[in-house]
Amino acid sequence: MPEVATRELTFAQAIREALAEEMRRDSRVCIFGEDVAEAGTPFKVLSGLVEEFGRERVMDTPISEAGFTGMGVGAAMTGLRPVVDIMFGDFLTLTMDQLVNQAAKVHYMSGGTWKVPMVLRTTLGATRRSAAQHSQSLHAWLSHVPGLKVVMPSTPYDAKGLLKTAIRDENPVVFFEDKMMYKQKGPVPEEEYTIPFGAADVKRKGEDITIVATSSMVQVALGAAELLEKIGVGAEVIDPRTTWPLDEKTLIESAKKTSRAIVVDEGYGRYGVTGEIASVIAEGAFYNLEAPVKRMGAMHVPIPFSPPLEDVTVPTEQTVFEAARTLCGKG
Amino acid sequence: MTMATELSKANATLKTEQWMRMYRRMVMIREFEEQVNELYTRALMPGLAHLYVGEEAVAVGICEALQPTDYITSTHRGHGHCVAKGASPDRMFAELLGKEAGYCRGKGGSMHIADPATGNLGANAIVGGSAGIATGAALSSKRLGTGRVAVCFFGEGALGQGVLYEVMNLAALWKLPVIYVCENNLYTEYTHYSETTAGDILARGTAFGVHAESVDGQDVRAVYAAAQRLVDLARKGEGPAFLVCATYRYSGHHVGDINREYYRSKQEEQEWKTKRDPIKNFTAWLIDQKLSDASTLGGMQSEVRAEMKAAVEFAIAAPYPTPEQAEEDVYA
Repeated sequence: MPEVATRELTFAQAIREALAEEMRRDSRVCIFGEDVAEAGTPFKVLSGLVEEFGRERVMDTPISEAGFTGMGVGAAMTGLRPVVDIMFGDFLTLTMDQLVNQAAKVHYMSGGTWKVPMVLRTTLGATRRSAAQHSQSLHAWLSHVPGLKVVMPSTPYDAKGLLKTAIRDENPVVFFEDKMMYKQKGPVPEEEYTIPFGAADVKRKGEDITIVATSSMVQVALGAAELLEKIGVGAEVIDPRTTWPLDEKTLIESAKKTSRAIVVDEGYGRYGVTGEIASVIAEGAFYNLEAPVKRMGAMHVPIPFSPPLEDVTVPTEQTVFEAARTLCGKG
Repeated sequence: MTMATELSKANATLKTEQWMRMYRRMVMIREFEEQVNELYTRALMPGLAHLYVGEEAVAVGICEALQPTDYITSTHRGHGHCVAKGASPDRMFAELLGKEAGYCRGKGGSMHIADPATGNLGANAIVGGSAGIATGAALSSKRLGTGRVAVCFFGEGALGQGVLYEVMNLAALWKLPVIYVCENNLYTEYTHYSETTAGDILARGTAFGVHAESVDGQDVRAVYAAAQRLVDLARKGEGPAFLVCATYRYSGHHVGDINREYYRSKQEEQEWKTKRDPIKNFTAWLIDQKLSDASTLGGMQSEVRAEMKAAVEFAIAAPYPTPEQAEEDVYA
């Protein structure tokens, strides 16, 4: 992050600006999905793009996630740079064959001859009172599949730089946006920049415990770190930014330094991103660890609707703080 | 214009060399598949293969109407499409044997042959799995103004897959240059299509406003005439088409499917082979029209057979990829 931030943008504005800049830079970049044109998506992330680039490049599709994602694969293979919009991450289930059997495997199965430079943007995150089919965080499924890259920005700055990298990448990239974060503001420089994949970002330095957090959980971890500070515990918060490729080195080095680690991610804990990262740390920093690596993910239930039920399904500042305190022997 | 006059008009303008090229391609596919079966029975081929024997007129008739730069997507039963679009048999056999010289460096095998040089976006082992890819290629063509047409080959089994209808709807809405070619070979694996397919097949296209028609898939001249017309319309921006080709799969679902009497009779197979064989009938027509003669055609057949045998020898002698190549080509 630059030392002098010139202006602040919301997460949604940062996404939109990345798309607009890439569309101006490269006429092959196009967007399609449900209600992406005049509506600008239900979250208004794409507002204004159709006015600048026209309906030839910002295309409303029918409600046919499998169909238009498959078309994204074919279009990417043959010269376009499509950015496919899947409104809710929950609808990824409908695109699975296109993503997993087609997009992820085309390059490999063809012996490296065809490429799929496609980006699929979608959302994750609960606590929007949207119930079980509009609240899931399913990025672990796609991180599991060789051939895909998976991006999970946590700030407007990261969102813009990572999305530009995603659009320029020669591979299929799945880009997860926390829908609760769209209005969050942060510094974004005016000048051009990109952020490489596989480079974790230390969001806060600390000496006593490492908290690895992704996407929606980065702010939660930073909040927990503030609470920990008050009891004399210095927490280092690391955001991997991409679950694949994964910056194992930075995670391991931090855990070696602090000797304790918690991994927080909004996907399900079981068989999820937290398990993978915890094992990377356990394998890489085993002899430096003072405690087992702790995993914190979504409760293993379909996301419930009622606020008091939904709110307990995801990690919060308080639950992360409590877990860290216990791990540091201060609770 | 009636179908018959249209056919004769198209035929009249064809040069003899073009008919002979089509004949040669059909024979190539048949001889290729004979060799595949041989490789399987000699236990030289890893895995299985799904033979295209009996359906040669479809792939050849369609691809003859395409430019080298036009796109195709193929299926698990895809060798015929690849040959018809211009793939070279030696590299195909090498791929079938898992050799590095293969089209996919041994990573794809029989069901995944792909080749950018001939516009082959890849054979696909998910039934209906390439419908999106073909339609997306047509979108590129329209957006980039390349004038290319995309042909999506699939069997009638794919009529059960929803994604096909999703992309047909989109192709019609956006007037994309894509032709959906349904090869109805009567059997969805081991089940007669009548047990899996309700209603009218052509209506599946017309419901979306996609121009739909059917053709005798055993008659290469009829397939070619239809394809030429539909490709021409697509290239002019008239939108997608749905062509249903009535054909027959001579072999089993795959090379290991030998005992088939629980789902179809030997008599039925025999009838198609004797009365409706696309190569026999085309041979008779070529001779009848005095475009060629039995000895020329027979000579061509021997030549192709020798070529296929040499291609097989090339593949057998070719080296395997080294184990470290397993981790290559995951990402571009």
